[in-house]
Amino acid sequence: MTKGQPMADLKFVGKGISREDGVDKVSGSARYTHDLVVPGMLHTAVIRSPHASARIVSIETDAAEALPGVRVVLTGEGLCYRLGLYMQDKCILAREVVRYQGEAVVAVAADTLDIARAACQLIEIEYALNEAILDPRDAMQDGAHLVHPDLDSYDHMVGVFFPKAGTNVAHHQKIRKGDFDDAFESADVKLSASFYNPPVQHVPMETHATIAQALPGDRIELWTSSQSPYTVRHLMSVAFGMPHASIRVHVPYVGGGFGGKAGLGLEPLAYVLSRSAGGQPVKVVATREEEFNTLPSRQGLHSTIEIGCSKAGEIEALKSTYVWDAGAYADYGVNIGRAAAYSGGGPYSIDNCWIDSYVVYTNKIFGTAYRGFGHLEILWGIERAIDMMARKLKMDPVEFRRLNLLKEGDTTITGETFTSGHGSPVGCLDAAADALDWETPSAAPSEPGKVRGKGIAMLHKAPAMPTYTSCAAVIKLDEDGGCDILVSGVDYGQGTYTVLRQIAAEELKIPIERAHVTWECDTAFSPYDWQTVASRFAYMGGNAVIEAAADCLRQIREVAAHALDVEPDDIDCEDASAFVRGKPETKIPYGKLALGYTFPNGNSIGGPVIGHGRFIATGLTHLDPETGQGLPAQYWTYGAHAVEVEVDTETGEIEIVKIATALDAGKVLNPKLVAGQVVGGVIQGLGSALWEGFRFDETGRFLNPSFVDYKIPTAKDLPRETERIFLENPQPGGPYGARGVAEHPMISVPSAIGNALFDALGIEFTTLPLSYENILLRILETHAEKE
Amino acid sequence: MHTISFHVNGEPQTVRVAATMTLLELLRDRLHLTGTKEGCGIGECGACTVLLNGAPVTACLILAVEADESTIETIEGETRNGQLSALQQAFIDAGAVQCGFCTPGMIMSARGLLRRNPEPTDEEIIEAIAGNLCRCTGYEAIIDAIRLAAAANRAREDDSLLDAAPPRDDEGAADG
Repeated sequence: MTKGQPMADLKFVGKGISREDGVDKVSGSARYTHDLVVPGMLHTAVIRSPHASARIVSIETDAAEALPGVRVVLTGEGLCYRLGLYMQDKCILAREVVRYQGEAVVAVAADTLDIARAACQLIEIEYALNEAILDPRDAMQDGAHLVHPDLDSYDHMVGVFFPKAGTNVAHHQKIRKGDFDDAFESADVKLSASFYNPPVQHVPMETHATIAQALPGDRIELWTSSQSPYTVRHLMSVAFGMPHASIRVHVPYVGGGFGGKAGLGLEPLAYVLSRSAGGQPVKVVATREEEFNTLPSRQGLHSTIEIGCSKAGEIEALKSTYVWDAGAYADYGVNIGRAAAYSGGGPYSIDNCWIDSYVVYTNKIFGTAYRGFGHLEILWGIERAIDMMARKLKMDPVEFRRLNLLKEGDTTITGETFTSGHGSPVGCLDAAADALDWETPSAAPSEPGKVRGKGIAMLHKAPAMPTYTSCAAVIKLDEDGGCDILVSGVDYGQGTYTVLRQIAAEELKIPIERAHVTWECDTAFSPYDWQTVASRFAYMGGNAVIEAAADCLRQIREVAAHALDVEPDDIDCEDASAFVRGKPETKIPYGKLALGYTFPNGNSIGGPVIGHGRFIATGLTHLDPETGQGLPAQYWTYGAHAVEVEVDTETGEIEIVKIATALDAGKVLNPKLVAGQVVGGVIQGLGSALWEGFRFDETGRFLNPSFVDYKIPTAKDLPRETERIFLENPQPGGPYGARGVAEHPMISVPSAIGNALFDALGIEFTTLPLSYENILLRILETHAEKE
Repeated sequence: MHTISFHVNGEPQTVRVAATMTLLELLRDRLHLTGTKEGCGIGECGACTVLLNGAPVTACLILAVEADESTIETIEGETRNGQLSALQQAFIDAGAVQCGFCTPGMIMSARGLLRRNPEPTDEEIIEAIAGNLCRCTGYEAIIDAIRLAAAANRAREDDSLLDAAPPRDDEGAADG
């Protein structure tokens, strides 16, 4: 059963309603944390480590402290707090050692940013270099330099993550299904291939920003550019040992997040600075360079995929080894390693599967959630390997995938039974292939020296979240019959608030113009939501709003029934009015019920109508530590990209002729907003495919922390054509049958392009990015080999 | 300190500024026009684009003293008497806004373009916003919005299609 009003009657859900926040954003009146000023606010500058791995010998701060206008100089000494959501392995400022180049070592709060920066110039720090371990494969070896010698003492989510004391392995997730060794041994056709993804940056246009004020009586008020108001509050409460109600978190408009603003960011630093400044508010804003090399990134990944197939093309065995480059801290990385394992065979039916996913500390910038949560990375390997195997079998890549994709009755690699309620991976594959005229060979290239090729790749992902993830919604009915909707998921651009507004209007039967989501989450007023990640807000928040609206309607019916002297079950609601069923002339407008109903003689009944709805993930289990069997996913979303490329063999330049994306959305709640989200995701995926990747020198120094040296897609880099296809196989339990599609458009864009590049050039690419330079080098290499 | 005089969104201003102050700091911190955003502070992202004497500039790379005797237009000046301009409305209608942080700079680049070229081709639109980074939208809808706004401007010139909004006095003015 899907949740919500019957499909046939929908007035607002499924319509291309423009986003409600558009007016604020196009007029410049949307206030972001960057724009906020709290009276008396200090400004912050941070000194970052120039070394990837070193002991802090001494820090001399006297001269800086003496500078007029400097209020606080803080070092890690004395800040004995461990921070983290899944793994508490990080300090507010480096203590005793630095573990990556860019790590914050000293922070200065001063009357102006200029003074804070000048003070940083007066601080002397002496370091003694330690060995830096930069490759996670080396870091896994016995005797490797330990990034965290105290790993065994760190608090973490017990029973879910398994740090290995005395090693650099923060987590090892295993999947064991069937008998891989036997099945691989007896397979007719075998393949083994290795792949690499470099770390990349989220690049929200608003860098991280936080204002904190330590208030008298051990209280904290925060304004922060975050995806996670309640998780920020909770983790601050844990870190500082304060009651939750003593911490108030405001989240105003947020200028993009993509996962990078999940969990904790700059909030603890801003708070301890304010506390040390006697309660003056302190603003911390990351510079663009700090956004690159101090704040977390997407982890790098080394993967090896082994596949064994029958002659007929059935996958009989699959083994994946994932070695994640967690960087210096693995708070979020451990959960990405976990998600990568339970998704780690791709969307295929595999009876014999063996997966090891290792999250490994190194002395580099640390990782966190980034749109796709490990799936773009693992599917770079899986979907390239699937294409390589299809060639070995002399099968068409679409045909080979169609044969092996999950179908009704199959089981996933963690033992979940695949049903029609999961949507249709095969439908997505066929839709993407058709959109590209898969069977028709590419048209002739536009110029001599250019070649064309087509590629296809599947994608899948489920929300990676704790088994108990929950959220709530509150709807307040207004005196004029409109409503305010309160939630604590954050709309940092996805458009979810507009969708929740559509749902509330639909369910309450009021005009869309009268339903409003309150913009600015405030933990003092807005009801709980875990955090805005994992493509789960429209699904879970949508269900909570449906329930909150039903609660409002129950209250409206009760009062209207009393007023009209019938039973609540006899009351119908339509057009913002309640009336006796079949007697529209009895109607009472919501406005006369919203605060209570008053009889003609003055007697009054009822009271303000406030509806409450909630949602909690159900039926999820922890994964077995040895086999990985269990139910990790509330739902899965499947999709496919088909792409045609044109490559200049003289220069390595690649152009995307067309990319078609098919997703099984369950139900499209707002076609205009989802179209924007898919195009945006595809272009972000294009960034990962063609340009983006961190570069480090041999000492671990990060070489490209700016837009000059780290290119993200611009308006000039667009494909000649993009196409979107939405399948609508309803998701049981989803609002109107919808499932999440926010992260998915980005996943497997590199895989599809890599496959198209093979079709065009006959070269197997295994390393991202597929930059012009890297493509040309491989073309030249291949020519050299032939000669 | 230097005394400078200039017009912002039609309003005359005289302020004293340090020689090191940027136009972006002047707008955001002194005049509280926070619609103009800072995305990098070093001229690489375009979020702080404003019009200086009609031409798009990144305000983080202009010193405040350079704005002496100039005319500056920011996103706050796009809205007149509470009415969105056709360009702003087109951004909403085309779905060209997501997180919104690049939007003010993007609109000012588009305004600069439409001012000097009321009927741009798609290539000219792309060229005009190539220096404005957006991480959310993938640009397609932004290009659509600017094309839509150009069409709306043409329609406005055609009396039969006049919409309810009063004509903006700067539409089509070649002051850049």
